[in-house]
Amino acid sequence: MNIVNLVAEKGAALVPMPTQIKAAHLLYKAKTKLGIYTEFPEFVEAPIPDVSTLAIEDIDVSNPFLYRQNRWESYFKRLRDECPVHYQKNSAFGPFWSVTRYEDILFVDKNHKLFSSEPFIVIGKAPDELAVEMFIAMDPPKHDVQRRAVQGVVAPKNLKEMEGLIRERTRDVLDKLPLDAPFNWVEDVSIELTSRMLATLLDFPYENRRKLVYWSDLAGGGAESTGGLNDSDELFRGMVDMSRHFSRLWHEKKARAAAGEEPGFDLITLLQSNDDTRDLINRPLEFLGNLALLIVGGNDTTRNSMTGGVFALNRFPDEFTKLKSDPSLITNMVSEIIRWQTPLAHMRRVATQDVELNGQTIKKGDKVVMWYASGNRDERAIDQPEQFIIDRKNARNHLSFGFGVHRCMGNRLAELQLRILWEELLARFDKIEVIGEPEYVQSNFVRGYSKMMVQLSAKPSEA
Amino acid sequence: MGSITFIEHHGAEHAVEIETGKSLMQIAMDNGVPGIDADCGGEAACGTCHVIVDGNWISATGKAGDEELQMLDMTPDRAPTSRLACQIIATDAMDGLVAHLPEFQM
Repeated sequence: MNIVNLVAEKGAALVPMPTQIKAAHLLYKAKTKLGIYTEFPEFVEAPIPDVSTLAIEDIDVSNPFLYRQNRWESYFKRLRDECPVHYQKNSAFGPFWSVTRYEDILFVDKNHKLFSSEPFIVIGKAPDELAVEMFIAMDPPKHDVQRRAVQGVVAPKNLKEMEGLIRERTRDVLDKLPLDAPFNWVEDVSIELTSRMLATLLDFPYENRRKLVYWSDLAGGGAESTGGLNDSDELFRGMVDMSRHFSRLWHEKKARAAAGEEPGFDLITLLQSNDDTRDLINRPLEFLGNLALLIVGGNDTTRNSMTGGVFALNRFPDEFTKLKSDPSLITNMVSEIIRWQTPLAHMRRVATQDVELNGQTIKKGDKVVMWYASGNRDERAIDQPEQFIIDRKNARNHLSFGFGVHRCMGNRLAELQLRILWEELLARFDKIEVIGEPEYVQSNFVRGYSKMMVQLSAKPSEA
Repeated sequence: MGSITFIEHHGAEHAVEIETGKSLMQIAMDNGVPGIDADCGGEAACGTCHVIVDGNWISATGKAGDEELQMLDMTPDRAPTSRLACQIIATDAMDGLVAHLPEFQM
């Protein structure tokens, strides 16, 4: 048992959550100094070789530079064709199986009894002291209870209420963009819009909304968890700050509700009004984990689809022409953007028993990584998968939201945000031009852009 | 040769011809019935072909299986006769069946 658990059980109400995390951080530092832990090494970028020069067993798709160096398509294609269920025995994250074909991914995702989501859903791990608990990394029945408590916040009924607000904000952001001059789309549009959305979902102080983005990037971007840039010390400090803000928010909301304020549709209110979660604040690891899950879920994913859509239409300019002549294709295009981008490359499971899959025997306890990014390019399931086709038939049948009990809870909200963005873009701009090459995030999990310069031209006036 | 009627949340009715051996989801998709998304293509893995079978007809369709229940459990509009249309295979005995569509597919 680690110290956070211990303190939590002895009397979480007595020890403030930020103090508990600070204590955990000290313990982590002490253990590292004493050599009980070895510091997880930093990833250093080196040119990734052509996949055809490698022996099949040497292919390691956990390399966090695979996407940035544009090698991911050829690496995954070789695995799909030659070894669709592939074992890599010494990656930086330990041994793992890669599942790369659409049908096999569907099988793993559906069979949660054979493939557990605990303790982590990314290829690596978080420091033991920060083993927060989130329902995406829980199996039924606990998963079901916690998910049910919060899913109302992004349920279609709630979204109907939110649509007007989302449109108003989208207009506000787009109307402030410069014309005929390059700007960073990632910063000014994708991050700005998603941070506004997150602040609304949590009823978080609006002026501090970029903090949500920072925490989310921290939580999803550790070297040890996904091959990212962040180190553990920064992660601990960020989580202390996050727990401080979220505890304060929790108590304020509770006080306001007690004073008779009309309950909102936000996440904290939902948690406080559900019997299973009304005392979640006393279970700090679950409290933090589930809030972190919601902000991570609504951050990188939608952000990178907002950027990816613009990039895709620049790579496939005929599709932009098609879109302008028939804006009713937007809804279908949104699904195609989410497939083409696949903002999260993978989800990880652990086999609960020996399983035969496509000719391989996965042993009980083995780590199994479903590569959605590969399944969404599987020629066996998707026609011309490398092409971006806005009127693609069955565009909804992509893997980006996952399938089974862990299927993305915010899928409808994501689609709504993207649809409104494109409706408002088409109403304003004639050209949306990507200038130069985008810059990519270092990660084997998030398929994202850190920077993309864009230049806009206004629509000619219709007079 | 019989027919099945899908009724949208706001009341629009769509009567479609039964094709035995096909799933109700497939029949609805083939006939352009709105309100069914079928994101996973018929694997009971997404929950977006949720229908509520009209009370009297649940004996003809049978009840939801375990796998199906897991997905239905996540839908807010869930009712006692909720089913995933992809898991109901049409038979001639379903002539006259009525299936209500929820307001939203999750």
